[in-house]
Amino acid sequence: MMSEVQTKTTVRVRLNVNGAVHELDVEPRWLLSDVLRHQLGLTGTHVGCEQGVCGACTVLVDGKPERSCLMFAVQAEGHEVTTIEGLTPADGLSPLQEAFQEHHALQCGFCTPGMVVTAAALLRDRPNPTEEEVREALSGNVCRCTGYQFIVDAVLAAAKEGRS
Amino acid sequence: MSKVMEPGVQSAAPSGQVGRPVKRLESAAKVTGRAEYIHNLELPGMLRAKVVRSTVAHARIRGIDTSAAKALPGVYDVITAEDILKVIPDPYYGPAFHDQPILAIDKVRHVGEPVAVVLATDVHVADQATDLVEVEYEELEPVFHEVEAYKSQTAIVHDVIRPAGTFADLKSLQPRNKTNVAMEYHLRNGDVDAAFAKADYVFEHTFRSQQVNHLPLEPTVTVAQLTDTGNLLIHTSSQSPSFVRIEVARLLGWPENKVRVRTAYLGGGFGAKLYIKLEALVAALALITQRPVRLSLTMEEQFYTITRHAATVTIRTGVTKDGRIVARDCKTWWNGGAYADIGPRVTQKSGFTAAGPYDIEAVSLDSYAVYTNLPPAGALRGFGIPQLVWAYESQADIIARELGMDPLEFRRKNILRNGRPHATGTILEDAGTVEVLEELARKMNWDQPFDRGSGTIRRGRGIAIGVKAAVSPTTSVAFVNLYSDGSCGVYCGTVDMGQGSDTAMAQIAADVLGLRAEDVRIIHPDTEVTPYDMATLGSRSTFHMGNAVRLAAEDAKQKIVAMCAEQTGFDPAALVVRDGGVATPDGSFFTFGAILAKRHGMQAGNVLGVGSYFPYYEKPNPETGMSEHITPYWMVGGTGVEVEVDMETGKVHITRLVTVGDCGKAINPGIVRRQLSGASFMQMGFTLFEEMVFDEGQVVNASMADYKIPGFWDLPDINEVSIVEVPHRNGPFGAKGIGETGSLGLSPAVANAIYDAIGVRIYETPLTPEKVLKALREKQGQGWEDA
Repeated sequence: MMSEVQTKTTVRVRLNVNGAVHELDVEPRWLLSDVLRHQLGLTGTHVGCEQGVCGACTVLVDGKPERSCLMFAVQAEGHEVTTIEGLTPADGLSPLQEAFQEHHALQCGFCTPGMVVTAAALLRDRPNPTEEEVREALSGNVCRCTGYQFIVDAVLAAAKEGRS
Repeated sequence: MSKVMEPGVQSAAPSGQVGRPVKRLESAAKVTGRAEYIHNLELPGMLRAKVVRSTVAHARIRGIDTSAAKALPGVYDVITAEDILKVIPDPYYGPAFHDQPILAIDKVRHVGEPVAVVLATDVHVADQATDLVEVEYEELEPVFHEVEAYKSQTAIVHDVIRPAGTFADLKSLQPRNKTNVAMEYHLRNGDVDAAFAKADYVFEHTFRSQQVNHLPLEPTVTVAQLTDTGNLLIHTSSQSPSFVRIEVARLLGWPENKVRVRTAYLGGGFGAKLYIKLEALVAALALITQRPVRLSLTMEEQFYTITRHAATVTIRTGVTKDGRIVARDCKTWWNGGAYADIGPRVTQKSGFTAAGPYDIEAVSLDSYAVYTNLPPAGALRGFGIPQLVWAYESQADIIARELGMDPLEFRRKNILRNGRPHATGTILEDAGTVEVLEELARKMNWDQPFDRGSGTIRRGRGIAIGVKAAVSPTTSVAFVNLYSDGSCGVYCGTVDMGQGSDTAMAQIAADVLGLRAEDVRIIHPDTEVTPYDMATLGSRSTFHMGNAVRLAAEDAKQKIVAMCAEQTGFDPAALVVRDGGVATPDGSFFTFGAILAKRHGMQAGNVLGVGSYFPYYEKPNPETGMSEHITPYWMVGGTGVEVEVDMETGKVHITRLVTVGDCGKAINPGIVRRQLSGASFMQMGFTLFEEMVFDEGQVVNASMADYKIPGFWDLPDINEVSIVEVPHRNGPFGAKGIGETGSLGLSPAVANAIYDAIGVRIYETPLTPEKVLKALREKQGQGWEDA
């Protein structure tokens, strides 16, 4: 009947999330996704499959898309984490978000923050992607509603908008 | 380069709100991650529940030892059926049968059945403690296949079957005790034997569909709490809050007004979140602990909670030499799993459409809902129709080719036209059977030559068309409230789970009241404030709730016009509602707010419009299964595909996908197009690769890593959607439902295209490379071992 919960301890971490530094006491086993959602209240990061397949929990770690459900919060110390909240302007929407809205590139919206985060990293690195590149970059994100076509269209449209 | 084409038929309503390509009202909230989901809800003092699930498919429970789990530090309590019985003496629930216990009592009937629940404030502690609950089972003979279960006299899943009697359309269902047949439906139209005798050829085939899962990305979640007055408040990702309230109140023996059920946006539904899922359990846990309790399923648990029916369909069709279908006899066995859920409705509603969209002299249909020891099956986008279309449209191609007829011509020859009786006896009205078929033919360039490929890559094309009857009878009620400043709120129980209903309902109300859709606020389902709605299912909301919202808006409009008429002295008939106010013949204009202010002497008051919609229905004759009014409207969908089949691997690549659907009137063309495309794509997963694989009732691929759903790379090279508008006389602005239409024809269209490409016929989905290659090797006279 002995178990690790009896020796449950927390450790202090400093997390840089969306440009703000948070000092938090976390259990070493807590996932980054859980700390973002439950400790910091950043619920735009959604948790779907909890095993790194669906991509709903995607955030940027030092600018690179990562599954926040496959990372412990303690591993994020010393890195810059950006969530959907951090990619959203104080007023209105980013051009990419506007393109998602314009193209109906969403239905239930549960996968949408992960899609937007992943696509934002793509467009930052490749402002002029081909359709192949869009599919490749987003292929780790799953959507059960839309049939994907309109997400591809939205990302390509946002890229076009960014060039003009 | 992929492209989605513009719809084939343009809708015309340039000035009104209906038909306007309004952006989804909630899209800004969704692209910023601000949209509300129950997934995000936490309450002070909340306990988290984790479920201990059965590890065996069929067994008596000899004992449950919770002591080790209870002793784990951090565990608040461990709950079994014994505890549930203290707050709910008769804890069996379900929409068709009261057959499902909140936690297993005496027996388990499928792997994954909830047996006990661990509660803790820390979800990890609760999870860990589930492994410490010891359950002793005495195993019983299980039964898994629907046809075996239908015949079995030894492996009986339920000793007694108890109909629920909740829904009007299911009241006549009679189970057969001491068998696994939960419900059966029979249709007898005409002299089938005589009709078969007239046929020159008779074809008989058996087709099977596999068990699959909805897999919404937001797994089902429920949070329940007691209110300050001891009532229950249930926050739940439900497609049917009204039904949840009725069912929880019934279980507790409480009046409905002591149970409040609310939802937020749903992260997908597809039928997985219908009727009652976690709510009865979580409500009981809140009552037992007197604390808020949250239960959120994992993806793995979704596979054990609700699924789509596997089905075996044996279809016999008699045709004349010139290609006329004269007789059809179809038997369907639906694998309902361990609990009926809504399987009986699937059995009946799908059962009676097995004649397809065809005009057949005599039809005999038998449809059986069968209990097995697999996870329960319920409604999934199409309510069983895709499984039937899979059979009758695969067979349509087989017949056409045997007769040497073009598959399109064969369908044209037999298509059921408006004004003709459907096999049920209901006259087809305002249904786009012909229009959808012709649009499909046009889009597919069917009369043009087609490149069939060469070498190891062969090309083929196929079409299929299906028809679904909307579920009936069902009720929707809506309120439209003009607030004191004249702004508008619509109170309706339709759950927006991604289909865009908020936007569609806003457009309908706005159109009637002369407002902009963007200025209408939709109040989300909350039984405390929103009126009754049967459920968000079966493509019923646009038609039923759309009508209720339209009627409520018209009621509000009439009242505000009457108020203005009284204030101005003009005849109400001379007043025009536009731009959020009323225009009078003398050129004056009064905003709704100004009219209310004049009435109340200050900014005050409301104008409340009420709308209720309940279509006419006639229940099927118990002898013949026929009815003159079996459905308020028909949905017609067609799919065309072009495929490439790799002769060396059996892999099927869809190069072109054409989805055609009749929506009556596109309230919002952008949303309609995406509903058609989304349904089509979901069905593509069920057609090509999705399959729940079982080992003695255990799902061996119960995770998103092992159960693949379509991804970005599965997009066809060309993806076209075509909207057909055949207005329905009773639809709001002519509209019909569209949510499932895109799913109807896809599976047989792909199988027909495979046949066209390589000359082999597959009778069971999914159409995996393995199956295709095996069939090809057999055709070439080689054994599978040689492959």
